[in-house]
Amino acid sequence: MIHLWLPLTLVCVLAGAGAYGVMARRNAVLVLIGVELILNSANLLFVTMGSVLDDKLRTGQVLTLFLITIAAAEMGVALAVILALFRDRGHIDLSEPGS
Amino acid sequence: MTTLDILFGAVGLITAASAVLAVTTQHLVHAALWLVVTLGTLAGCYLILGAELVALVQLLVYVGAVVVLVLFALMLTRAPMGRSPEHSSSAVQRAAAAVIGAGTTALFASVLLPALGGELRATRVADTKGIATQLFGSWVWPFELLSLLLLVALIAALAVSRMPSMPKTSAEGESA
Repeated sequence: MIHLWLPLTLVCVLAGAGAYGVMARRNAVLVLIGVELILNSANLLFVTMGSVLDDKLRTGQVLTLFLITIAAAEMGVALAVILALFRDRGHIDLSEPGS
Repeated sequence: MTTLDILFGAVGLITAASAVLAVTTQHLVHAALWLVVTLGTLAGCYLILGAELVALVQLLVYVGAVVVLVLFALMLTRAPMGRSPEHSSSAVQRAAAAVIGAGTTALFASVLLPALGGELRATRVADTKGIATQLFGSWVWPFELLSLLLLVALIAALAVSRMPSMPKTSAEGESA
């Protein structure tokens, strides 16, 4: 038995921290860390609901597995883009205009 | 307070604290390492909620692979090792970001907590067999589609990282 406010509060805190990270950082890799935090808050919400609701399809946990896979694919492509950006510009500072 | 409440409270507190540290620390490498702590303790949260398969996949994929990718990207872009305040925006933009982050938290909390927050629910017992049956039964086509997505992402990442640097003067419409 668990009180649902605990995981739900953690979902809110993770989403807020991720949103702060996306907007307050200038380094592109650090922005990606914020995106990962937002994705993980969605994952935690899926797992929480999947674990307390009686669902024959196991939607919560299966969709979390899918989301983890999508996040891994997204991370690979995003880091390749960042590396290309670094080769082109010599820095990955998002607040400076491209040369 | 139940036993699961206390366990989740302890692990969740570490998760929340390390998530905040990951987005506020001035050390680039420390941010990636705090992300490891966040994702690892989040796997602990999944374990407490009875999703053991998801917890193990989280450990394998996130902590094992994604964080290593992030660390590699930091190394390859010549991240400085010490404190470097230039990785965060100006104070005004950080204050605005903090307001928006707190607003996001408050918005989600105002929706989720009144709707579901007061309930005391039993968590499902971990059944990996049930998940496997559903995953390779009802969810098999999305699952196969995901393998295609991974293949496309792999080739795309390879193509993007091997793309020759564009000359500054040439028309980009022709090369694209």
